[in-house]
Amino acid sequence: MPTLVKRLVAALIIVLLLIAMNQFMSEEGLFGFGVPPYYALVIVLAGINVILAVSLNLITGFTGQFSIGHAGFMAVGAYTSAYLTVYYAQDWESSLGVMIGASLAHAMIFLLAILVGALAAALAGLIVGIPSLRLRGDYLAIVTLGFAEIIRIVILNIDQVGGAIGFRVPGYTNFLWVGSFAVITIVIVYNIVHSDIGRALVSIREDELAAEAMGINTTRYKVLSFVISSALAGMAGVLFGHYTQFLSTNDFQFIRSFEIIIMIVLGGMGSLTGAVFGAIVITLLPELLRKLPGDFSQYRLVVYSALLIIIMLTRPQGILGTREFGLSWLKRAQRRPEGNAPVGDKGVPIAEQAPPSEIDRSKEAENR
Amino acid sequence: MDTFIQQLINGLTVGAIYALIALGYTMVYGILRLINFAHGDIYMVGAFVGYFLAYQLGFAAGPSLLGLTVVLLGSMIISALVGMAIERFAYRPIRKYARMTTLITAIGVSLLIENLFVARLGAAPRAFPQLLREESYTLFGNAAISKSQILIFIVSIALMLLLQWIIFKTKVGTAMRAVSFNLNSAKLMGINTDVIISVTFALGSALAAAAGVLTAQYNPQIDPLMGIITGLKAFVAAVLGGIGNVPGAVLGGLLIGIAETFVVGYGQNIGVPSTFRDAVAFAILILVLLFRPTGLLGSTVQEKV
Repeated sequence: MPTLVKRLVAALIIVLLLIAMNQFMSEEGLFGFGVPPYYALVIVLAGINVILAVSLNLITGFTGQFSIGHAGFMAVGAYTSAYLTVYYAQDWESSLGVMIGASLAHAMIFLLAILVGALAAALAGLIVGIPSLRLRGDYLAIVTLGFAEIIRIVILNIDQVGGAIGFRVPGYTNFLWVGSFAVITIVIVYNIVHSDIGRALVSIREDELAAEAMGINTTRYKVLSFVISSALAGMAGVLFGHYTQFLSTNDFQFIRSFEIIIMIVLGGMGSLTGAVFGAIVITLLPELLRKLPGDFSQYRLVVYSALLIIIMLTRPQGILGTREFGLSWLKRAQRRPEGNAPVGDKGVPIAEQAPPSEIDRSKEAENR
Repeated sequence: MDTFIQQLINGLTVGAIYALIALGYTMVYGILRLINFAHGDIYMVGAFVGYFLAYQLGFAAGPSLLGLTVVLLGSMIISALVGMAIERFAYRPIRKYARMTTLITAIGVSLLIENLFVARLGAAPRAFPQLLREESYTLFGNAAISKSQILIFIVSIALMLLLQWIIFKTKVGTAMRAVSFNLNSAKLMGINTDVIISVTFALGSALAAAAGVLTAQYNPQIDPLMGIITGLKAFVAAVLGGIGNVPGAVLGGLLIGIAETFVVGYGQNIGVPSTFRDAVAFAILILVLLFRPTGLLGSTVQEKV
């Protein structure tokens, strides 16, 4: 079968699956079967976290730039789109509804809101990225954290979006939206990583100086991946705000950014499926711990943080490492690099090799 | 002018607290290149240890200099042990792994301490017993300085001088500097690096605990999450001064303390609401790092290919 047909079939299957799952998770259920609202909530939040983790993985996992400001971009997306839906969406929807029908108008308006949110977050990413990506390592981390906190405090002081009281937002998001955009995010990041841009990004992660010496415009690529990553985070913010129907700046504190980092480190940095896996685990873990018996339930978060430490102590490279989970695992042994792809010493394309971290460590020690 | 001096005094008070905590961040970073996110929580632990010591030993009944000394020293010692335990059980096993792993572990430890305290003690703030008779003295006309502020200045200056002495005049300090210069070479020179790292954590934690008890005297409300924002700002202070640099941490702490107080005091005059207090530390940090990427007093490291 030609690749195009294969891909179209795959896309069709995914879309049908998403629609079926959406029906399954709505109140009516699928053929009378449905999940309780609480589970639906957790699943949707997991989907949003998948978007966040996969997008952060682009800048942190593949480009090797350590950002702790993801919650800030999420907030930018959430609040700009909410401003749009709260103040303008109703008028536009009713006038557009006359022309193309109410439900389509509803979807179009939300699509517009998502685009606006993503664009605003991308712009924020550009503004933050250009100056801060000159910095390295921990300094970059702390500056991104600082920007995210400043964004949060600025939003806190804008009365039009609720300020400290919080902001009521109409509900647009359902599972179909979150699922589709999670898939879109994964496809975007997958395609970037497997393109020449992806090669450039990975080379920056492996050794920035060497990459620059090879003629890669490192600043340009770093800013590019930062902007894309921010735009996707903004999208996640839009979906989040229109699902919970209430925005408070407390949702975007730096602990949120930490949570996203935890997801990608837990899943394995530089692994797409790892990020997806980590996002799901980190969303589900605290919820599952609610089931702890009796008196233990108040220690839910204690157990959660203890588990986090234990995972890091026992599996420091993350659950998947840089490997990808999929059918190819079965035939990984005889796999060979294709075409002119750059090959590392283990005979696998560089993008799939171990993260640079261990190498970095020893090098750092030498330089010190 | 009076209010200016008043703001300056208040700013220096807050700044001295940030500086004490920032010292711990900077020392640990200097040696391990680890952002010890649990350090802000040690400051909280210090305040709570002080709280329980005061009640258990019966010093909570009334102000006494003896009580204050015992509570302060006791809290510093116990928190130092807590810091050493964290290093031993959480950080040492993963020291050789990637930066990101150690960082996540540090965040995990921080969450663990916070959640443990919330689960055991509840999140509601508690009133710290008064160990010092609160009096104010006026200076320069209308500016007032309270006894607890004087206490903060005296104790923090004394602790900083002590730290300076330990680092530059003792054998342990020499070893600490050697380890921070190059861990592997220090090991080859016969320095027991594990012990030195332990000592570093102990010193940093003791300073943070002192900051906790002193803050609790100045502003007698303690809660299990008080270390998050304060710790973060202290970390910013350490980076601002040049992380790994001891005088830099003090300078950064004082600068941020003063800037924050001034934003609250004078911000309205230039249209900056006092809610921007928490943002100003980050704004200063970003501005400074854009022009001096390694902080105010940090040394630039030449990158080798």
